[in-house]
Formats: sequence, C-alpha cells, structure tokens
Amino acid sequence: MAGLTLASPSAERRGYSPWRETWRRYRRHRPAVVSAVLLLLLIAAVVIGPFIWRVSISDIDVVAGLQGPSLAHPFGTDDLGQDLLARMIYGGRISLAVGLAAMLVSVFVGTLIGALAGMSRGPLGYALMWLTDLFLSLPQLPLLLMLIYLFRDGLKAVFGPEGGIFILIVLVIGGLRWMPVARLVRAQFLSLREKEFVEAARALGASPVRQVVRHILPNALGPVIIAGTIDVAAAIIAESTLSFLGLGFPPDTPTWGRILYDAKDFLDIGPHWALFPGGAIFIAVVAINFIGDGLRDALDARKVI
Amino acid sequence: MSQYILRRLMIAIPSLLGISVVLFVVLALAPGDPFSELATNPNVPPEVQAALRTKFGLDDPIYLRYLHWLVAMAQGDWGFSFVSRINVDTLILQRLPTTLYVVGSSQLLALLIAIPVGVYAATRPYSLFDQLANTFAFIGFSLPTFFTGILFILVFSVKLDWLPFVYTDLPGSGIKWALEMIRQAIMPVMVLGLFQAASMTRFVRSAMLDVIRLDYVTTARAKGLGQAKVIVKHVMRNAMIPVVTLIALQMPAVFGGAIVTEQIFRIPGIGSLLISSILANDTPVVMAVTFVFACLVVLFNLIADVLYGWLDPRISFR
Amino acid sequence: MALLDIKGLKTHFSTDAGILQAVDGVDISINRGETLCVVGESGCGKTVTAMSILKLIAMPPGRIVEGEIMFEGRDLVPLTSRELDDIRAKEIGFIFQEPMTSLNPVLTIGEQIAESLRRHEPVTKKQALERTVEMLKLVQIPNAAGRVHHYPHQFSGGMRQRVMIAMALACRPKLVIADEPTTALDVTIQAQILDLLQDMKERFGMAVMLITHAMGVVAETAQRVVVMYAGKVVEEAPVDELFGNPRHPYTQGLIRSIPRIDLDAAHKTRLEAIGGSVPILINPPPGCRFASRCKHAMSICTEREPRLREIAPGHRIACHLGDAS
Repeated sequence: MAGLTLASPSAERRGYSPWRETWRRYRRHRPAVVSAVLLLLLIAAVVIGPFIWRVSISDIDVVAGLQGPSLAHPFGTDDLGQDLLARMIYGGRISLAVGLAAMLVSVFVGTLIGALAGMSRGPLGYALMWLTDLFLSLPQLPLLLMLIYLFRDGLKAVFGPEGGIFILIVLVIGGLRWMPVARLVRAQFLSLREKEFVEAARALGASPVRQVVRHILPNALGPVIIAGTIDVAAAIIAESTLSFLGLGFPPDTPTWGRILYDAKDFLDIGPHWALFPGGAIFIAVVAINFIGDGLRDALDARKVI
Repeated sequence: MSQYILRRLMIAIPSLLGISVVLFVVLALAPGDPFSELATNPNVPPEVQAALRTKFGLDDPIYLRYLHWLVAMAQGDWGFSFVSRINVDTLILQRLPTTLYVVGSSQLLALLIAIPVGVYAATRPYSLFDQLANTFAFIGFSLPTFFTGILFILVFSVKLDWLPFVYTDLPGSGIKWALEMIRQAIMPVMVLGLFQAASMTRFVRSAMLDVIRLDYVTTARAKGLGQAKVIVKHVMRNAMIPVVTLIALQMPAVFGGAIVTEQIFRIPGIGSLLISSILANDTPVVMAVTFVFACLVVLFNLIADVLYGWLDPRISFR
Repeated sequence: MALLDIKGLKTHFSTDAGILQAVDGVDISINRGETLCVVGESGCGKTVTAMSILKLIAMPPGRIVEGEIMFEGRDLVPLTSRELDDIRAKEIGFIFQEPMTSLNPVLTIGEQIAESLRRHEPVTKKQALERTVEMLKLVQIPNAAGRVHHYPHQFSGGMRQRVMIAMALACRPKLVIADEPTTALDVTIQAQILDLLQDMKERFGMAVMLITHAMGVVAETAQRVVVMYAGKVVEEAPVDELFGNPRHPYTQGLIRSIPRIDLDAAHKTRLEAIGGSVPILINPPPGCRFASRCKHAMSICTEREPRLREIAPGHRIACHLGDAS
C-alpha cells in the first residue's frame, strides 16, 4: 500500500469556510443530527416549559398521590401528589445548568494547566503532568462525596441552600474532570510548538502569550470541543449520582437525580415516578454523547492541522 | 521483568503519597473542625474526645499533623468508628471482600463480553453486527448505573419476581447457600458489568482497527496463516496493550459505579459504608474508605502496568 | 510456460472521490529462476500489482476488477483467501519494504519464522526451531541460535530485513516478491541486502520479482525489466537492451535521472529530472497517461491510448512514437 498516494482533493475546494466544511461532515452523522435536535428540544422544554405548564412544583395533594400519567398530570404525581412534569421541568434546568457550568470549569482549568505544561520545558511541565496523572487516578466519586460532606454546610451558610450546593457541585465536578482537556491541550502544544507556522511567528518576534492565543489554542480547539461535550454528559451523570445518593441538592430542589432518589422506594406501586426522570437523564446523556461523536467525525481530532 | 515491576512500585508510592496529601489538605481546608461534630454527639464520651484532640494534634502546624496522620495510617491505626463502635480498619476489612467480589465478577463479565464482541466487530467494520454492537455500547455507557439498577429491579424483581433486590450477608454454607449468594449477586454484577462492557467494547474495537492495518499484519497474512490465527495471534495480542491502559484509566469510574450499585442493592460493601458514614457524620470512616478506594485504584494501575510489561516485550527491556 | 503470468490485471480502489484505477491492465510474466525488476515512481502501481497476486490488498476498498494471474498454470484471481493460504509463503514468498514495521513487535523472530514452517510443512516444534536457526545462519545473522529468541526491536534495520528474507524463504517458495526491500535502509546496508538476495536466489533457484524505483538496483540485479507508469506497463525489455536502447520517453527519463559517478567532470551532464508527477488515477483523461509530462507528446497521445507492442524480440513498448499504424 506504500506506493499508493492520493492527492488531497480538498486543495481544489479552497475558499470554503472551515465551519461550513465541519457542518457538512457533521450532517453525515445521522444519530448526531437527531441528537442535536433532541437536545435543543429538551433545552427549549426546560427553558420555556414553566411559561406554558403553569403548575406549581410544590402543591401537595396527598389524595392524588402516586397517580400514573393522566391529562391533569401528564407525567403523573409523586407520593405527595406533586405534579411530576412541573418538577421535571424545574429540575431539568438545574441538571442541564450544572452540566454546562461544570464543563466550563473543567475546560478552563484544563486549558490553563495544559497550556502551562505545554509551554514550560522545565520541571514545572513535569510537575503539572504528574499532577494530572495523579488526579486521573483519584477515585472521583468517593472524593466528590467527601468534598460535599465537608464543605456543604459552610457554603450553604454563605450562598443559601440551593446556591451553595450549585456552586459546590459545579466546582467539584469541574475540578475533578479537567485532566483529559489538560492532556489534549498539552499534546497539541508539544506537536505544534515545532511546526513551521509557530516557528515563523516566533521568528517574527511574537510574544509567547500571543503565540499561544493566536496560533496554538485555535488548533487545539477541535479536541477540546469534543472533550468538553463529553464533559457535559459526565457532569450531568455526576450531579444525578450525587442527588441519587441523597447527597446532592436538597429535597425541595427536584433535580432529575433527586426525583429518582425519592422514587426508588416506590418502584412497585409507582414505577412512572422513576422512569420519567431516569429516561430524561438517559436521553440527555445519550444525545450529548452522540453529538460528541458527530463532532469527532466533523472536526476529526486526529487531523487537527 | 522483576526490575520493571520494582520500578513501577517506586512510581506507585509517590502517587499514594500525593493522594494522601490531597485527602489531608481537603480535610484541613474544610470549614470548622470535623471532629467538633463529635462534641454534639451524645454517643461520644468526653474522654474519647480529649484523646482524639491530642492524638490528631489538632493544635500542631499542618505538616506535623499530616505526618502524624500518615504515620498512624501506615501503622494501621485508622481511628474509631463512633457509629459502629469498632475500629475503622476492622470495619473496612469486614466489608472489603464483598466489594471486591462484586467488582471482580463484574470486571470479569465485562471482559467476557467486550473482547469477543469488540474483536468480531473490528474484523467486520461497518457490518450490521458492528453497527449493532456500536449502538449498544453507546447506549450502555450513556446509561447511568443508578438508572440501569432501577430498571433491572423493576423488570426482574417487581414484574418478574425472579431475583431478590436486596443483597443480604447471609451466614451459612452448603450448596443452597452458595447458589443463593450467586443469585443475589446477579443483578449488581450485571449492572456494573454491562456498564463496563460498553466502554471496553469500544476500546477493544478501536484498538483492533488500529492494529489490523499495520504492516506486520500483512506480513502474517502473507504467511498463509488463515484469518482466525492472524486475528488472534497477531492483531489481538498487540491490540490488548493499549486496552490494558484504557481499562486501568477506567478504574476510578468502576469504583464509582460500585458505590452506586452497592447503594441501590444495599450490598454491605465499603461503598455503602461510605454513604452511610457520610449520612451519619462518621468522619474517620469517611476518610479511611476514601483512602482505601484510592489505594485500590493505585493497586489496579500497578497490576495494569505489570500486565502491560508482560504483553509488550519492548517495555521490560527498557 | 512462465512461472507467473499476469494478464490484463486491473485493481481498483473505491475512494470518497471516485474509483481509483491503481492498476489498469498490467501484463507481467516471470520465468522460473529469473530475476525480474519492476520499476517506476512511487504511486505507479508496482506495489498494488504485487499485493494483488496474493490478494494482500485491503478488500474492500480494493478490488481486482479484471484479468488473470496464472501461477503454474492455475488462475489465482478466483481463489478465496482461504485457498490462497496454501500458496502464500509456501509457493510465493513476500519481502516487504519496511523492515521496522513488518515484524510483529510482541513475538520473537523465531516464533514468526517458525509459524510459517509449521503452517505449511509437517514439522514438529523442535524441527521448526532447528530449521529457523538454519535459515538465520543462511542470511548471516551472527549467533543465530541465541538470536532466534530475541524480539524485533533488538535488531537493527538491516538485520530485520535479513530476518524478513529468512522468513520469506523458509518454505523454499518458487517465487519471491521483494517490494522495495532496500528503500528503507542505509546505503551501505542496501548493497549487502541485495547481495544476500542474489546469493539466496542462486542457492535455492527461485524466481525473484524485485520491485524498486532505483535504476541502479535494476542494473545490478535484473535479467528482465518491466517499467510501469500510472498503473500501466510502458516498456519491457531484457536489462541490457533496456539500458542500451530505451525506447519509451519515460524510461529514457528514468535512466537520465541516474547520477553518473563514472564520468569525469568534463563529461558530466546536468542530472535530468522528469517534470511533473504521477497523475491522480481517478477518472484519468483518455490517451497516454504520460502525455502531460512527455517532451515528445503529439496530438494522438492525448486521444488514443498506446497499446503494448513488440519492437524487437522480448522488447515491448506502449508509445505512439515511431508507431507506423
């Protein structure tokens, strides 16, 4: 096969915007397109939902408790007779917001550490990579639980029960998931540092910061976007797990994981109560993962340059 | 080879130390004094509180406190659980075998599914089988373990009434007891094993596809060895090298899944111990269990390194 | 009867951009005990032709569209991969271009040579090992009995290529296909490997199909030469005839691109390169595929494809130049 060389046909298509090309390739990944639509619908539902479905999330009606789906309650009710659709719309906002915010934290920390490790040739680079490997081998969930156990009360006092938990969960999940991004960014740095155009920029006297911002980071963008997408899904799972273990948001904040936690003791009489939030988490996560897969095809992580 | 293992051990020690520093710093940074909780706990006698304060040297500078704590941990002096009223190390040793049994069986199940499926899918890329396997793998690792656990209970316990959904540490012996032990482990092991199998299948498939197009595979085919032998002896053997590393990187997630699974099925392992200790504010147990999980991850990484050296002759000669 | 007779072979690859006609109607024949060189630039279809013989190309995307490959009177094209397994290594051995990547890194070289023997001959494990050591001695690997248990990474590039030769010859095949066996090696090692190949050929009396892009190698080793360009044979001749009387403009260009160190400074001419490069073989234009790079191109060259015709005994060219018809 060695003798077989194909001239790249892309040379003739110059003038095409790279984003258009990316979109063209993304569109070919059918599940990713379906997932993107699904995720947009989900986001629209939790954002616009409360304006259309104006049922309170905390109206208690014990008589109407544990009812299956009906016209009055499309998703049924929980043991206190609270409307599940309203609760899921409310909880979805928090679950998705946690996912996005935690992703931003992890991408920020990861890019920072990866860039520092990639730029420094001395002991700092080695130390940061050792730290990255160390964090990769930390048992995340136990640590997450321990951090929340230790800091929950302190933050609750400062930011209120919901705000405190939100900040804590976002920081902790984001702070424990930056390692893949750091590795990707550093790898990009190492491979790009010696490439001609960076050398040229350096020869022209570009400052290190300018080199990084103008020349290296844009090239690392593809893999980082993909890793960030996966991070959103992972953060949603992490938040749901915490809430499911009863250690996330307080009971009056019905995130999807929290609803599932409350429902798990009523599986025999009210299975709908667990199926709706569980299904929502699953759909959100599967959709985000498929979008990540589609982006991987579209941005082709291996051919960044 | 033995020199290689020794070198790996030397690398494992700093990471254990690093993890212990992280844990200790977290504890030290925590607002308030975690042990002050004990003061309000009527179960704790005052003389134990005083003993604790001296033992942990709460008024010493932080590095001294860390050293004291580390020495105590190294000596197996892990503190006292105020809820269970026994030593923490005894408590953990009671619970650890159950966790290892469930995690071990599920890893085995995952390997038994992932290797054949991943290998077969890679030999027929983009075939119907490959696409099905890919889709299932994708769904599998997008399904959080707490939701699969609930689905399994709904189907197999509530609807079909085949399997018990509460794991009990029954005493006894004999065949009937052994069968019951297996029966009650089926659901937790399936939940954890299928979750692991999903990501492993993807690792195996992509590693196989990376190797299958390499020159030495063509060399092997040119020898007329036959498809099966080429795949097993030449492709799989090499593809397993990156797979081992990827599986090792998954270990923290495996133990995370174990905690959730133990909680759902009420398995008396160290994962459910961690949750109950957190809910009961039993700080020494929380610290110790977290540290044990960290040690387990490091241990499995070490095993992966040894496997890696065994699979790849280039490593052990370096 | 020729040992191997390839007639009208077409091997195509389906790519995103269209059908790539990598090999498009190639005729090559090799007699018993003969050394045939196949020359041409990278990308002209030499390797694909060779790999097609034992169906070692990736299928899909590759496909043998047309033609026959007669080996000892039997057509290999319709055979399944399983049926070909009896011919691979046993009848036709293969030496690859990259000794650094063509050996399996996790198996000892002994295992890799012995597995070929064990597959094709009724030998015990012990006999296979003995034969392997014997082969390693033949290809002049020092301390063969000890080295047989070593892994590929413990050998240099030249030594690995010796191992590859031992592996290809282990079952005493009637034909050995060597695909650029020296390209990846240091110049000093190249000569040693070619000598070794020549040695082995004399000892075992097999035919050799040597694929190369180096005209120097051709001059040293070949009895007959086939020149390929863009998936087609453009000229074929005995080696002396080819160097003495090259007829195709492409062959002439290749020969002029050989550096001459035997001439003194006064007679030295400027080294000539052939302008341009091998065209992409997806929907190639009609006519001669070399026309766009040919100094002598005429109008007919872009209209009609030249057929391979015999101009002297054993000397055939595909060119409109001097074509009476």
